[in-house]
This record gives sequence, structure tokens and C-alpha cells, in this order.
Amino acid sequence: MKKTYIAPNIERNSAGNMNKYGAKSVVRYKDKIDGIPVTEIVEQFGSPVLVLSESQIRRRHRRLMDALQMHYPKVRLAWSYKTNYLGAVCNIFHQEGSCAEVVSGMEYGMARRLGIPGNEIIFNGPGKKRHELELAIREGARIHIDHLDELYLIEKIAKELDLVPQVAIRVNMDTGIYPQWDRFGFNYDNGEAYRAINRIASGKAMNIVGLHAHIGTFILDAQAYYYEAKALLDLAQRMKNELGITVEYIDLGGGFASQNTLHGSYAPGEFISPSFDQYAEAIGTAFNESQFVSQNLPLLILETGRALIDEAGYLISSVVGKKNLPSGERAVILDAGVNTTITAWWYKLKVTPTRPFPGAYQNTIFYGPLCMNIDVVRPAVPFPDLHTGEQVLITPVGAYNNTQWMQFIEYRPPVVLISETGKLELLRPREELEDVIGREIIPEHLRSQ
Amino acid sequence: MNTEKLSNLAMNDNGFIFDPESGYSYTANETGIFILKRMAEGMQRQEIFEELSEVYEVSEDNFNSDYAHYLLMLESLDLIRFEGDTLESRSE
Repeated sequence: MKKTYIAPNIERNSAGNMNKYGAKSVVRYKDKIDGIPVTEIVEQFGSPVLVLSESQIRRRHRRLMDALQMHYPKVRLAWSYKTNYLGAVCNIFHQEGSCAEVVSGMEYGMARRLGIPGNEIIFNGPGKKRHELELAIREGARIHIDHLDELYLIEKIAKELDLVPQVAIRVNMDTGIYPQWDRFGFNYDNGEAYRAINRIASGKAMNIVGLHAHIGTFILDAQAYYYEAKALLDLAQRMKNELGITVEYIDLGGGFASQNTLHGSYAPGEFISPSFDQYAEAIGTAFNESQFVSQNLPLLILETGRALIDEAGYLISSVVGKKNLPSGERAVILDAGVNTTITAWWYKLKVTPTRPFPGAYQNTIFYGPLCMNIDVVRPAVPFPDLHTGEQVLITPVGAYNNTQWMQFIEYRPPVVLISETGKLELLRPREELEDVIGREIIPEHLRSQ
Repeated sequence: MNTEKLSNLAMNDNGFIFDPESGYSYTANETGIFILKRMAEGMQRQEIFEELSEVYEVSEDNFNSDYAHYLLMLESLDLIRFEGDTLESRSE
């Protein structure tokens, strides 16, 4: 007798899907960046190599502007130089309409080198020096005052130069998040910020054109921006009522989270980082509730850097060797370590193979090439068996890596941009010995061994 | 129809299937595994039906409809590909 027929069926087993321990562990491969094969990039520029995508940078910028303008029309982004100050990268942002946000004399010089006029530069930072302030005042930069000594110094320089600096004050406050950043500027909650404004107004040496705050970094609660915007707008209203000063702009600083996953974070960054829309809604709500906004329509400035560029950066690295650890885990040694990827200390960076792999996965730790125990690019992650010489992609690494990377033990790798037309453009060649020792001086008596 | 991937799958008679290339595993019912094993050997619809109908009580029309549906499931799991096939020729 024949068996009872049932319709054929097949289902993918979903044991590897998102569960209470995190995301699925199946490793997908990525063999191209913006359509360019990884192998082609390595053939041309060697390994390791940092690759940035112009189209992804522009897309993120436009996406953020769209999200913000849905809620409030008068918006400008200021490119945070410290996030990535390669000239080409800065100019992508400037072409998109961003002004420059710098935090040191060096960064100020970088913006000027690119042809950004002084009045298009926001000068933040707690350590501005006298000669830097003098230049910024002469060139009409927006100077964001961090502390009282800086305030007195600017007043003094202004009188000496007989110029009226355009300034904002930096304000810190409790926005309900931890840690509360209180090192930048003057405190809002205890009235210090208003006293500083009063002091500037009574000195009659400078124009207060804006209010600024920078509440933190990698802020996972979008609502913090609502409280920040509300506090600054209330302060602006009080200035107008009591001192007759109307500020032109409200600068909410930076701090939007990228899609990276913090060490110690339970769920992956893609799931817990707020979207641009969530940040925009929090900010827009505060603006649209404000009496000051309805009467004066101030410019909203944001200096958020990380969320605009982190995902546009890829580090291609090659396997130098493998070993089995006594813990039973596999260790892979890559040719790029924390010297090039300093954000590995903050994030569980994604490591992605560049070709499909047969076989099961094994817990794998990715080490860099440095002779240092701290050189861990990615702690244990299930991974297929890599072969020596093969490439992996480390992502997202577009923010804070090529500004904070260390010239330590190894040369720093080249940086390549994939242009919107798919052309590979070298932005910075691989370093050579001369780059490391070029400015070194050996005294006469130490020139021989 | 491109069934190249199927020959690389590890299948057991209880319906457990493992794809060593992607790391995914699948569960098929008994007719599902019956058909998949034969597809992996390169058999066409008609041959598969003849073997299946020796074991199971099923009409050809019934089978043809289920078979066509099954192919769509396999395609959505990226196990087979319809390359340049016409709609009519797909379920051959």
C-alpha cells in the first residue's frame, strides 16, 4: 500500500536568528565596496587599506538634512573636523553645505587651507590659545567661549584689535542622560551660563550671536536633545527679555550615535541607535514648542560627525596567521590593529569575510599585528576558517579612526576614496620611514653607536 | 533552472539539510526531502513524479502544482535559480 502524500515543504531553520543573546551569528560575506571588488582595491593599494565611500557620506548628509527639515526648516550642519579631517572628506561635507566646526588652532588652519572663510568656521574647544583667538577674531570666526578665562582673554584681544568678536557661549546641563557632560562651557542648571552671558553683555566688547551645547557622545536616548534644545531656547528667550539680545543660532553640538555596537551593549547598534528621524523629532518638538522660535526663527546648527561618516568607512585587512588558543578559541592575526582602528576599544566592530566559506564557524578572536596584548580588533565572534593572505572587512570605521590613529610600531595605511562615479582616489599614501622620522633630530653626540 | 547548489547540500533521510557554503540549515518534510534528493541528482519533474508516485498516492496534476510551488520555495531560499527560464519551462 502506498504512503499518504503530503505536499513537499522546506523551511530554513532559524536557530541563528536574533534572540535574547543578540543577533544571528551566520556570517555573510561582502566582496565589494560600492561595486568595486575588494581584491581590486588590495591589488592597487596593498593591505591594510582604509576605504571611504563618497556616495555613502553624501547620502547620510542629505538624509539627516531631510529628516531635520521635516521638523524645522532653518537648519545647517557644521562638519566636525575631529571626526575625520582629511581635506577631501571635509570638502565633501562643505560641498553638501556644511560649514566647519573646529576645536583647535590646527583644525582652524585645516579649514582655512581648504578655503573656508573665517565667518564659516565655528571655533569650539576648551584650549584655544591667544594667537589662535587673535586670528579667529580678525577673520570673523564664530568663537564658542568655554570658560571665564577665555572670556576675559577674548575681551582683552577685542579691545587691543578694536574689533567686535562674534561669539556664542558653551552651555552644559542635565538632560537626563549618564554621564552628564559638565566639562564644556558654563552650567545651565545653576545659573552660571546666564551669569556668563550677563558678563559678556556688560563688557560690551563682543556680540553674542549664538548659544551652544555639546551634551555628550554616542547618545542613545534621542529625548536628551529635546531637553537640551528646550534649555537653550529658554535661555535665549530670557536673554531677549532681560538683556535685549537676540541670538541668531542655537547650536546643539554633536553626539548622534552611529550603527556601531558599544562593548557591553546587549543588542547590536543597528537596533538600539536612534534613527535620524528620532533625533530630528526630539529636536523639532522642542523648537516648535518654543516661544523664542516662533518669534525669531533662529538657525539650528548641528555638529554631529560620527553618525554621518562612520558607516562610510571600511578597513580592508589581511590575515597574517592563525593560531589556536588554549581556551579553545581560534585567533587570527590581521595586518591592521588598534593602531589603525582605535575605535575597536569602544565598539564591537563588525568583521566580515570577503568570500563565501564552506564549513562550520568557530569562535575567533581578531588580533592586530602589534606586539601588545591590548591589540584586539574584535573579541570572540563566530567565524569561518580563514586562510592566510585572505582579506576581511572591518566596519564601520569612518569616524575617529584616521584622526586618532597612532603611528605606533607600524606605518599607517593608505586612505582611498571611492568617488561617486566609482573611481578609486588615493587620499593619503601609506606612510614610509621618512614620515615617521622626518622631524626627528638626533644630537651630535648620539649620532654614532 | 540552475540546481548546482543542491549537489553541495548535506541531506539526511529525516529531512535535515545543511548548506556548508552559507552555514544555513533547513528542515524539509518527507516528500520535500524525497524531491530534493532527486533534484540534486539532476532528475527532471517527470522522472521525479514517476518515482514519487510509486511510493505515494498522488495524481500527476496534484503533484505538478505542488512541485511548481516547491520550486518557488527553493528559489526564495536561494537554493535554486531560474536563469532565463520562461514561466512555462520553469517547472520542468
